[in-house]
Formats: sequence, structure tokens, C-alpha cells
Amino acid sequence: MRHILTPLDFSVSELDQIFDTAADIEANPKKYANACRGKKLATLFYEPSTRTRLSTETAMLNMGGSTMGFSDANSSSVSKGESIADTIRTVSCFADIAAIRHPKEGAAMVAKQASRIPIINCGDGGHQHPTQTLTDLLTIRSLKKRLNNMTIGLCGDLKFGRTVHSLIAAMSRYQGIRFIFISPNELRIPDYVTDMLDEKGIPYQENVRLDDVIGRLDILYMTRVQRERFFNEEDYVRLKDFYVLTKKTMRRAKNDMFVLHPLPRVNEISVEVDNDPRAAYFRQVQYGVYVRMALILTLLGIKVNDDGEVIEEGPGKLPL
Amino acid sequence: MLNVGKIENGIVLDHIQAGKSMLIYHYLELNKLDCTVAIIKNARSNAMGKKDILKIETDAHSIDLDVIAFIDPDVTVNIIKGGELVEKKRISLPKEVKNVIKCANPRCITSIEQGVQHMFYLADSRRNIYRCRYCDEKYTEQEIEW
Repeated sequence: MRHILTPLDFSVSELDQIFDTAADIEANPKKYANACRGKKLATLFYEPSTRTRLSTETAMLNMGGSTMGFSDANSSSVSKGESIADTIRTVSCFADIAAIRHPKEGAAMVAKQASRIPIINCGDGGHQHPTQTLTDLLTIRSLKKRLNNMTIGLCGDLKFGRTVHSLIAAMSRYQGIRFIFISPNELRIPDYVTDMLDEKGIPYQENVRLDDVIGRLDILYMTRVQRERFFNEEDYVRLKDFYVLTKKTMRRAKNDMFVLHPLPRVNEISVEVDNDPRAAYFRQVQYGVYVRMALILTLLGIKVNDDGEVIEEGPGKLPL
Repeated sequence: MLNVGKIENGIVLDHIQAGKSMLIYHYLELNKLDCTVAIIKNARSNAMGKKDILKIETDAHSIDLDVIAFIDPDVTVNIIKGGELVEKKRISLPKEVKNVIKCANPRCITSIEQGVQHMFYLADSRRNIYRCRYCDEKYTEQEIEW
């Protein structure tokens, strides 16, 4: 049974197939309207996330399936002290596939160990967020028509930003990738990421000022400094507005550079940038739905023909 | 030369980096064994200057060699049967360490979820770096509470 805990759970060629399916979904949405009829998705969200949860639920609903779940640990049996393992054992009896978000790192791995149905990690603390990464990759592939040979700048909270860690791990599998990490000293990229890049011989550099490097980027990935990752409010207040992308800064960027952001945005991208054709963060949200649809189909082993009929389906749940 | 009584059947861990014998003792949970255990600290060694030695009179198969390799991959493992050395084993860093050490990251799920296996994988064999299978946090040696 396949799960997705990190983007690396799928090979580059498997990801290509997922992106091809996503592109087909974008071109022929009607073909997939009944692909998941009778299938149920459980969304187990132990911390709030409107965007990821709605995107994942929309993906299932677009394919004729249904959804159930909780969006806050206080409204579930978790508030009674139930373990993740017990929760997923229970949910495996109800649903065909589960999407989990949890504030603790590695929570999806615990879920996977106890699960009889495919697990989609929708974010485990500051660790991994693979569906966001697949969204980012599909967006880059759709906009730049390639996933190799480019310089990617990541800016903001690179320490706790899980989307950043996942994206770097995924992009580092393509040829000719260079990274520029732009962050204040307190929010620098963790050493396990740079260790991995050193091991693979992938070039990267670290900078504090965005203006100095924006002109060299093909993709600028902005992130929000997240209050919930700080133990200390004072540090958060000091760092939250460290970067603000403005029209003026965008003048230094290439004409074919695109700005991505996992959203929600607070102050780090000025609203005046939204009308710039290089601002791609809302298109990114739409790609997120397509790629989650393709991922659900892949994990459930479902294939449809040109008439929208299901011609292949995976083996289903593991036995009790 | 220091003399400690021979063991009849068991395992002798030689060339332990001086000071690490008690760590091995701790992680192998030798305190729970009922057999003879000799701990020799800071023995003279031509090659190492100082070394530790552990002699354990027990079935050699009951000792987890991966735990020893994880703590000190340069240890020589001597298997003793009938008072004679029957096998010298070389050990190497295990790819995975299960339920030996715990993750110190307060954000890791293993800090709150009951009944999980504590697993670390070898992330960098050149620098002996292990990382938590769940959160990828690097393991750093901690003080042991005796």
C-alpha cells in the first residue's frame, strides 16, 4: 500500500506520471467527475488549516467521492487523549483514504504504521508537507515548462518552514538546480537540509538580503513567518516583517521569474505585487487541487478511460 | 598487566574507547542480567593508550551487536566458548537503531505518542550521524541518569 509522507516517497518518474495526470485533469475535468464515486476521504486535522483541508476535500468531491473528519483536535476523540495510532486504526474502518495534519513532527509516520488505508501527510509540525510540495512542483512545471536547470530562491522562515524543507528535498532530485536561501540568521535553513545538499553536491548559498540576489532567480518562493512555531512572542514580533516583497524589489527580478507562496500571506508580499503577471501564488492554489486529485487517484490505484469510466482500481484496504 | 578472571562462555568486548564501557553497559541493559559482568576501565593499550574492556558471561546471541556498533564501531567482539576464543567479529555502524535511544526534539511525535518504536537511521556514515526516523532530528549523545 502506498502512502505519501514526504515527496521522496515517489520517484521522479512516478511524480512525472502524477503531474501528467494533473495536467489531464486540468484539461479534461469532466473525465474525472466520477472517478472516486463511493470512496470516502477522512481528513484528520489536529491543527487548523483552511486551505490544505479544503483543497484536499475539494479534490475528493471533484471526483464524486465524499469526505468526513475533524478540523480541530478539540472536536475529536483526541481531546479525550486518544493516540494517533488508535485514531487511525478506527478511521481505517470507515474511510478509504486519510489525510492527516498534526503539530508534531513525524505524526504521519505513526499514522502510517497503524493504518490499513493510504495516508496523505498534510503537514507534520515543522517537518514535511508533501502535498504542498507536489503543488509547488506542478506549478513550476506548468509555468516554466521544466523542473531542471534553474535557480530557486527561498525567502523568509527557512528554519520552521516545512514547505521549504519538502520543496528543497524534492527539487534536489532534478538536474542543474541551484538554491539561494534568504533568511535572517535566526531562521536559517536547518543543518539536516544543508547536509543533504552537501552530500549530493548541489550548490547553494545563504543570504540575508533579498534585493542582492533576486535578479539571479528563476523562482522566488516566499514564506510567512509563522507565529505558532515560536515559543517566544518577542522573537516573532521582531522577525515577522523582516521581508516584504514590493513592486520596487520586483523591478530587479527577471521577466520570467515567478513568485510562489504556500499562502496564507500576511505582510511578506505587498498586495501591489498581486497584479504583476509574475505573481503566481493564486494559480498555485488551483494547481494544488489538480495535484491532490491526481495523488488520490494514484494512492487508490484508480485509472479512468477517456469516457470517464473506472477501468482499474487498487486492492483496497489491508485486512484487519 | 591487569588480570581479570577468564570467562568460560560469553563475549569479550575489547578496544572500547576509554570511558564508553559504561555507556555500552547502560544501553545493553547489563544491569538486568544475572550473569558475571566485568567492567575494566582505562586499561593500558599499546594501540589506544587507554581502553575499556567488557566481559559478559552470557549467550553471545543475546547481545545486540548493533547497539555496541552504534556506541563505538571500533570495538572488537570476541566470542568465547569453553574458555577459548572461537570467533573475532568486526562490527560496523548499523543502518538503523531501534528502541535504544530516544529523540530529544520536543516537537517530535515520539515525545507524546505512547507505544511507538524509537527508530534512528544512519544519515551520514562518515560522521556517524544518526537521525530520528520520525522528525529527522540529529541524535546527540546525552548525559545518562544512572
